[in-house]
Amino acid sequence: MSLRIEQDWGRFREIVRGKIKQNLRKYIIRSELIGKKGKDIISIPVPQIEIPHFVHSFEKSGGVGQGDGDLGTPIGIAEYEGDGHAGNQPGEHILEVEITLEELARILGEELELPNIEPCGKKNIKSVSGKYTNIHTAGPESLRHIKRTFREALKRQIISGSYDAINPLIIPVTEDKRYKAREPVEEPAYNAAVIYMMDVSGSMGSEQKEIVRIESFWIDAWLKHEYKDIETKYIVHDAVAHEVDRDTFFRVRESGGTIISSAYKLCRKVMEERYPQEEWNLYAFHFSDGDNWSRDDTHECIEILEESLLPSANLFCYGQVESPYGSGQFYYDLEDHLGEKDNIVLSKIPNRDAVYDSIKKFLGKGR
Amino acid sequence: MISTELRRYIEEIERRAHEYGLDFFDVVFEVIDFEDMNMLASYGGFPVRYPHWRFGMEYERISKSYSYGLHKIYEMVINNDPVYAYLLRGNTDIDQKLVIAHVYGHSDFFKNNLWFSVTNRKMLDEMANHAVRISRYIDKYGYEEVEGFIDICLSIEDLIDIHSPFIKRQFAVKSFLEDDEGERKPVSKLRSPSEYLEDYINPPDFIEWQKKKSEDEKIRKKKFPESPKRDVLVFLLENAELEEWQRDVLFMVREESYYYAPQMQTKIMNEGWAAYWHSKILTEKVVTDNEIIDYADHHAGTLAGRAGSLNPYKLGMELFRDIEDRWNRGKFGREYEECNDIETKRAWDMKLGIGKEKIFEVRRLYNDVTFIDEFLTEDFSREHKLFTYAHNQSTGAYEIESRDFKKIKEKLLFMLTNCGRPIIEVMEGNYMNRGELYLIHRQESVDLKLDWAKEVLKQMFRVWKRPVHLETLVDGKVRAFTADGGKKGKDVEVQSFLVR
Repeated sequence: MSLRIEQDWGRFREIVRGKIKQNLRKYIIRSELIGKKGKDIISIPVPQIEIPHFVHSFEKSGGVGQGDGDLGTPIGIAEYEGDGHAGNQPGEHILEVEITLEELARILGEELELPNIEPCGKKNIKSVSGKYTNIHTAGPESLRHIKRTFREALKRQIISGSYDAINPLIIPVTEDKRYKAREPVEEPAYNAAVIYMMDVSGSMGSEQKEIVRIESFWIDAWLKHEYKDIETKYIVHDAVAHEVDRDTFFRVRESGGTIISSAYKLCRKVMEERYPQEEWNLYAFHFSDGDNWSRDDTHECIEILEESLLPSANLFCYGQVESPYGSGQFYYDLEDHLGEKDNIVLSKIPNRDAVYDSIKKFLGKGR
Repeated sequence: MISTELRRYIEEIERRAHEYGLDFFDVVFEVIDFEDMNMLASYGGFPVRYPHWRFGMEYERISKSYSYGLHKIYEMVINNDPVYAYLLRGNTDIDQKLVIAHVYGHSDFFKNNLWFSVTNRKMLDEMANHAVRISRYIDKYGYEEVEGFIDICLSIEDLIDIHSPFIKRQFAVKSFLEDDEGERKPVSKLRSPSEYLEDYINPPDFIEWQKKKSEDEKIRKKKFPESPKRDVLVFLLENAELEEWQRDVLFMVREESYYYAPQMQTKIMNEGWAAYWHSKILTEKVVTDNEIIDYADHHAGTLAGRAGSLNPYKLGMELFRDIEDRWNRGKFGREYEECNDIETKRAWDMKLGIGKEKIFEVRRLYNDVTFIDEFLTEDFSREHKLFTYAHNQSTGAYEIESRDFKKIKEKLLFMLTNCGRPIIEVMEGNYMNRGELYLIHRQESVDLKLDWAKEVLKQMFRVWKRPVHLETLVDGKVRAFTADGGKKGKDVEVQSFLVR
């Protein structure tokens, strides 16, 4: 059945894709459907066009809620509340559902029209898996194939002449027993490692880190969807670089200057020591506000990228978050020198809304 | 098609609702599948609407959210006589029963609540009518043209005066002659017995003041509109230079706004009332033993809030129950208020038994603002653990700010006043005698969202076709924003000025 609404729906989608009515483009926002995954609340982006109205600048003004908790207890309220406009649809019930990460990645892929990743032609490890389609003469009792076992016993009794057609009593002995067994199927399995680098110098504020956190969450979700297992390493740097665990990565705050090459050097070391290129699909993401210490250091960064990081990684992504202090020069330096290479992606992420576009840019290459 | 079984449920629940004293419009039930449900929801409940992309946008959101399992629409009710209600095919029997009872609650509310008394009860026809008219304009003037104008109208659709349907308008037109006479009317003087007392009985200052006053009066009368108008749309309809079809489109948009306004004004009450009744009818009369668990599950789902947020269904229902209880036991009035002993207050019972009467009265006379203002008590707030929350700059999260009753009530009322929208009035339609439109934002405590306000001003300019000004406070300073088309061929621009 075709629905009457399809005309309006089609028109809306064309507007969102920017095909018609360019004047509405600026009103497009990424409205969010709220989902949940464990403790992290995740949101699924749905493009919406907001028609401007006279409204209060409700931004972060709060509201009234209900429930337990002392003063100061954080509550999980989404940004887009208190609109007061959803008044004409009674009977809407918000269901909370657990969305698996797998499903989430699929939704993300659909939304952003991400291509599947083509793993690089590297030596890939064969994994053994498969279904229980084979029959063995030995195995655990729990896998015993009863029909086959009795058939064997019947065969043996007929051959040995102990089969009595009038009183067909069949008793299997050890040699008759047959067991279901797994047939090994060789499947190529790809290993992937992701290395996140983040600038934690004084100029990176909590909002910038939040952007990095959201972005890396989605990147993880997508890569986990594409690869069976991924290993993740985290590197923070100001003037020197350290390898840290995930928790520290998002929490640490330094105040020093910024020497980006320190992170790249450490990244190179990690790659060389732990993830030989022949066995791993390597992804490196670097987030910074683009305010490097000196031009010399920028040159060194470019050298490292050209000579070791780019040749061994599937993809190197540089995301520049905007901070009030950064000059953002690093982005342009990379663009000038390495813009031609096809496994480096540069993206600017001025605010949270830009995260989606940035992910699309990073992962849209299908590498 | 409605199965005989469902028909039986409907008849039973209708009978029960009647016995409880609900007084509703007839309800026409239809059972539809989820695709139709999503579509109808996108259309704001109506099967036929004019073509516009925003319905498509709603559909995108609703159908996606449905397919990801984030939410499901069980039922939809339209305020119309008869009321139309859509039930989702595939709901379990107990779901259907709950929803049917819920619908009768809404139907009773639509019929009896004062704020709904001025809504068009043949809206189903009217909406279809609008669709036909707009389609005709599209055929005549082109899709882009009409759609573009609707976009403009939608930006200002909420500039209505929700109280205006209740004002009895005086349509008697004053004749110019009368006005002239008024002008010629001499300054009133008291008769003085003799010449020399004249200055004492009619002091020159006073005569002068009176003359000035009458001058002022004249100027005020010349003012246009005479007093600030809150129904900006009607002012535009009457005075903007629009083509006939545009005027008609704006008229329809305004009509639809007025139709939906009471639903936004009574969200808490309306949903609360329906929830109160589905709960009462089902648990007392309808639910069978083997359905009770499923009923409880669904009911809980309806009333559940996401962590920390306020669910209008729940708030409304609990308030109605609280009112019923208080009026049954006489927990109101001066004697009760002035009692300081908590134990006495808790056990207070004057066996009045007028709770039911009271809630029926409340559902007739109140809207959300007056409802909360009058019946949200400190005890209720404490018992139901209400709080205000605010954004914490340093952690970037929303946090519980206060459990102070006054603050909670204040915030809640603020969010509900004018449905949470700023109040905008037309001050002048002939500003500086240049035919410019001067709007004023009646400040409460919160500033306007400026980037949006500027966009709306641009849209207003496209309707008014002369410069449009808006006066508002920004960080405590009076500012005026002006939308002007500038030179020919240039886009509309908005500039801001500091006033005073």
